[in-house]
Amino acid sequence: MIQAITEVMDQKLAEDPRVMLLGEDIGVNGGVFRATDGLVEKYGEDRVVDTPLAESGIVGTSIGLAMNGKIPIVEIQFLAFIYPAFEQVVSHAARMRYRSRGQFEVPMVIRTPYGAGIRGPELHSESVESFFAHTPGLKVVVPGSPYDAKGLLVSAIEDRDPVIFLEPTKLYRAFKEEVPEELYRVPLGKAKVVKEGTDLTIFSWGAMLREAVNAASKLEKEKGMSCEVVDLRTLYPLDRDTIIESVKKTGRAVVVHEAHKTAGLGGEVISLINDEALIYLKAPVKRITGFDVPVPMFSVEEDYMPTLERVKRGIEETVNF
Amino acid sequence: MAMKSSELQKAGSWESEVFQVLNPEGKLLSELGGEIDEELMIKMYENMQFVRAFDRKSVILQRQGRIGTYAPFEGQEASQAGSAMALSDMDWMFPTYRDHAAAMIHGQEMYRVFLYWMAHMDGTTCTEGKKILPPSVPIATQLLHAVGTGWASKLDGDKDVSIAYFGDGASSEGDFHEALNFAGVFKTPTIFFCQNNGYAISVPFEKQSASRTIAQRAAAYDINGVRIDGNDIFAVYLTVKEAVERARRGEGPTLIEAVTFRYGAHTTADDPKKYRNQEEVSKEWRDNRDPLTRLNKFLTENGLWDETKEAELLSKVNAKIDEELKRAENYPKSHALQMFDHVYAETPWHIAEQREELKKYLAKDGDES
Ligand SMILES: Cc1ncc(C[n+]2csc(CCOP(=O)(O)OP(=O)(O)O)c2C)c(N)n1
Ligand SMILES: [Mg+2]
Repeated sequence: MIQAITEVMDQKLAEDPRVMLLGEDIGVNGGVFRATDGLVEKYGEDRVVDTPLAESGIVGTSIGLAMNGKIPIVEIQFLAFIYPAFEQVVSHAARMRYRSRGQFEVPMVIRTPYGAGIRGPELHSESVESFFAHTPGLKVVVPGSPYDAKGLLVSAIEDRDPVIFLEPTKLYRAFKEEVPEELYRVPLGKAKVVKEGTDLTIFSWGAMLREAVNAASKLEKEKGMSCEVVDLRTLYPLDRDTIIESVKKTGRAVVVHEAHKTAGLGGEVISLINDEALIYLKAPVKRITGFDVPVPMFSVEEDYMPTLERVKRGIEETVNF
Repeated sequence: MAMKSSELQKAGSWESEVFQVLNPEGKLLSELGGEIDEELMIKMYENMQFVRAFDRKSVILQRQGRIGTYAPFEGQEASQAGSAMALSDMDWMFPTYRDHAAAMIHGQEMYRVFLYWMAHMDGTTCTEGKKILPPSVPIATQLLHAVGTGWASKLDGDKDVSIAYFGDGASSEGDFHEALNFAGVFKTPTIFFCQNNGYAISVPFEKQSASRTIAQRAAAYDINGVRIDGNDIFAVYLTVKEAVERARRGEGPTLIEAVTFRYGAHTTADDPKKYRNQEEVSKEWRDNRDPLTRLNKFLTENGLWDETKEAELLSKVNAKIDEELKRAENYPKSHALQMFDHVYAETPWHIAEQREELKKYLAKDGDES
């Protein structure tokens, strides 16, 4: 996945002189995950910028850059380190178009690795997508495969609104997939049915997709259950139509996310189902999520996240309700 | 005077711009005036050897997979040990992920530091009764806390001071500036101890800031600012001691910039060859400005140290490290259910239920601890 992401930035830098990369250690170091490896050598320090260590500075100046004709692609080193920039993201990037009644816009992408499962130190494993999905004016995108990473990032860069692009660290080097060399687009706001099924729908995104798909194929083999897996891909705004269509077909659903349960997006998905497909439900929709505790030290992070077993059990309980 | 600090560090001409007492050749540049006696000098040397051995051991443990990603501090021993030795037991300390040497010299038990890097749930605790905070991971954020603890001490008429550790990169964050400003406004007994090791991961200080030094920022907030040779433990100790005394007397905060260098990688997950001529610069610092070598020279020339003492010290130090490591490795493993403790003073219903859910689940599975 990381290669697909690097490729997009490379191609976009080449194609569009307005594109700039900004972030900590993204120059000669190539970023701590090497997403920008080799790019400063190719495009120079004016376009691939090692910034001072100040997230508010990075995002705040990028808002200015974006309003004045640039397309900044910002890298925040880890999602939890975006907090110093929270005000800039929420109070300005998200609201500039609105407040200026369309006179100014902030076309920028904030890329950041996120999620647990890589034995990261404290604060390197958070999944706080809800903060951003609770902010009108932002779009929130999470790729679940290398193919989608490339296509979604292209769409994010071309989008006229600020996009929070969350990259699941666990998937960075998790699997190989052939990705077309040329630029292509995967539309924002569209979920993807990863696997078709008839008994239940699993809604998920990011690193938890693998658990979802594994649970689906295990349950198919072991119990003959047919699970549909939907990768939401864009968390804000949600693809209501795909969600509702799938639930109407299967009549049952679970949401699997590694973010905390309370005020996590699982609740939002359930609300949509409640609004539009309640009468199709044969069982209450279950949330299988990270617990409502700070993401703990990595010695117990496996148990913090929804494990394959927990996902399987949740599905069985819902099917056998 | 026009050179940027990392150029100075590279060029080796920075000595003229920093307060220095013991030069790299082990020669005293000024009288110690009775502030550092022979016993204390020897203790300084022993402490630096102790923390260096710990650091080297930790890098090996990481390679062996016995601890997780680790942030080494070799090269910065004088800054960390010297500053911590200038504190009193009661003083508050706010370290970062790289300041375990300072923490241990201030009384943090080594086995807890090992637990931290093992990602144990108890790894963020400190020795009972100490005021050493868990290492701060978000850059510069802890500086404000040290203003707050100092402020409270001042309001209560207590004599303790607060010291916050941070790096050169941290001086770019807004919190750094807010902390200096608050400390200046409220004249808090806070010591801002910056280890300028020339790099924030890959970014050299001259890219970090257009200011030539970090110490000069103090002027903007009208607080005391000093730039010192962070590899000279005498200079570090005397400067911090003075800052502490001023703070205790109610004379307010001090910003100290200790110029130093990390010999190794930013963390064990980092490859410094990507952004600097690692072998060459690291060797240059080691050969010419090592904090231990220079004190060793001085002590030896003054008849206070010899090879026998060195050998005895090293075996003592290694035995202590082995003992603490054993203690950490024999410590009861983290249990998943510990993640539900201490979220609040009183556990609310939903967390209690989630704890029960996981407990039941683990009991069924058995293998999931
Ligand atoms: C708010 C925040 N942003 C980014 C990071 C990632 N990060 C960890 S250490 C570091 C560099 C810090 O450099 P410096 O302050 O010089 O301290 P040093 O590591 O050199 O001791 C960065 C960018 C972080 N921990 N917190
Ligand atoms: Mg530094």
